[in-house]
Amino acid sequence: MTATDEWQPSAAVETIRARAEMLARIRQFFNRIGVLEVETPICSRYATTDPALESFSVRYTGPGAARGRDLYLHTSPEFAMKRLLAAGSGPIYQICKVFRNGEYGSRHNPEFSLLEWYRPGLDYHQLMDEVAQLINGLSGHPHTLEKVSYAALLAQHLDLDPHSADTARLRQCAITRGIPGAERLALENRDGWLDLLMSHLIEPRLGQGGMTFVYDYPASQAALARIRKESTPVAERFELYMEGIEIANGFQELTSAEEQRRRFKDDSHRRRESHQTAVPMDQNLLAALAAGLPDCSGVALGLDRLLLVLTGVADIRRVVTFDLNRA
Amino acid sequence: MMCAAIDRLGEDVMASYSTNEFKGGLKIMLDGDPCSIIENEFVKPGKGQAFNRVKIRNLKTGRVLEKTFKSGESVEGADVHETEMQYLYTDGEFWHFMDPQSYEQVSADQAAVAESAKWMKEQDMCLVTLWNGAPIIVEPPKFVILNVSDTDPGLKGDTSGSGGKPATLETGAVVRVPLFVQIGEAIKVDTRSGEYVSRAKED
Repeated sequence: MTATDEWQPSAAVETIRARAEMLARIRQFFNRIGVLEVETPICSRYATTDPALESFSVRYTGPGAARGRDLYLHTSPEFAMKRLLAAGSGPIYQICKVFRNGEYGSRHNPEFSLLEWYRPGLDYHQLMDEVAQLINGLSGHPHTLEKVSYAALLAQHLDLDPHSADTARLRQCAITRGIPGAERLALENRDGWLDLLMSHLIEPRLGQGGMTFVYDYPASQAALARIRKESTPVAERFELYMEGIEIANGFQELTSAEEQRRRFKDDSHRRRESHQTAVPMDQNLLAALAAGLPDCSGVALGLDRLLLVLTGVADIRRVVTFDLNRA
Repeated sequence: MMCAAIDRLGEDVMASYSTNEFKGGLKIMLDGDPCSIIENEFVKPGKGQAFNRVKIRNLKTGRVLEKTFKSGESVEGADVHETEMQYLYTDGEFWHFMDPQSYEQVSADQAAVAESAKWMKEQDMCLVTLWNGAPIIVEPPKFVILNVSDTDPGLKGDTSGSGGKPATLETGAVVRVPLFVQIGEAIKVDTRSGEYVSRAKED
């Protein structure tokens, strides 16, 4: 790319049209099933504590904050949408831009479009079916549908039990399966190694020609999902893959304020240990959970990636009008 | 640009690069060898650890390999640069080159010269890749003009050029030439494909 063609969009006009069509159909879908469209603030005084996410920060100065106030661009609208649910909104969805610092490549742009929705009364398996319905409607033809638990997936592809294998065993697996450079990687914990194995050896093979839902993640990867207490506790979380690309992430939502506070604190502790920026935990979300979040499932779906799959384009920079380097 | 700082002992210290600086063409050290990044892919699960999957060429062996780094890791840069140098001569063991500006000379071994040797004629300008000042890759000019030292002369009359015949050039290289090319003629060869281009024009 040269300075002279930098003004031009990185997406073709027909892809820009395909996006508009996709957005219109999504709104029709939710209108038909009675889910309300909402907007929530992009800038918040609180940020996500998730160590896997880095928030951008901006500063507001003016009436109400004479000396200035730090605000964070949301990495997903989850916290604010849960506050709406706790306030009795009923089922809601949102289409918005979200922002994640440090993520750029053929499948990442630091600002991207997310579709997020919440369904009080539906469990996460029912929500997976709804995700599939939406996508089949958008593409105009039914995709093959596969559902597999995280444990079954790793047993099938790597002959591993992801809930019990220790770090040494996971590392050994990465080396013997030929991930180049695995022997010299310094990963912090079991989840780091599981992420390495998933992203290098399994993900590229998922959802080829259809949809693969992976569900019931290790409890250590629960994020904001409820943990089901069994002999081996699992996080009631799911991910959708299409053509080897992670498209959506959903939860049976954690409703306990006490448990949420504990996870925020654990996250903050891990951020400190790995020298990441400290961020304020969302007190408003905690208060909303204490007031009562209805039992619900929720999912965040990356619209740029979905558009990649729907249009058969290979690089996310070709589906956004102006990627990071042209923004 | 790579910047070499000078430490207290007066030795060059190479910069190190974080994965955020990875891009095609960046020269880094890997397992003791200088390498050049060909491709860099950012891989990250939505809720997990980020990695950089990198395709790299080992500049000493020419081999292409893949490597996965944890995003945010740093690697040592390699003091590698390319420069045009004049090929002087070979003593059979080393090939000697001269920097036309500084008149400094360097010698390249068989591993560095490799297949390029068969295209190199004394006085020709070659592209030399230096690592810590020593040649590790020598590339001949894209086109060279070389004399035919031997070819089958007994095929007259056919000027169509179809099929052709082998010809040995003054540097020892063997290329296929049209039937009309004779011993003693100068021809132009594309060194990337090893193919005959034309008869050399008399200047």
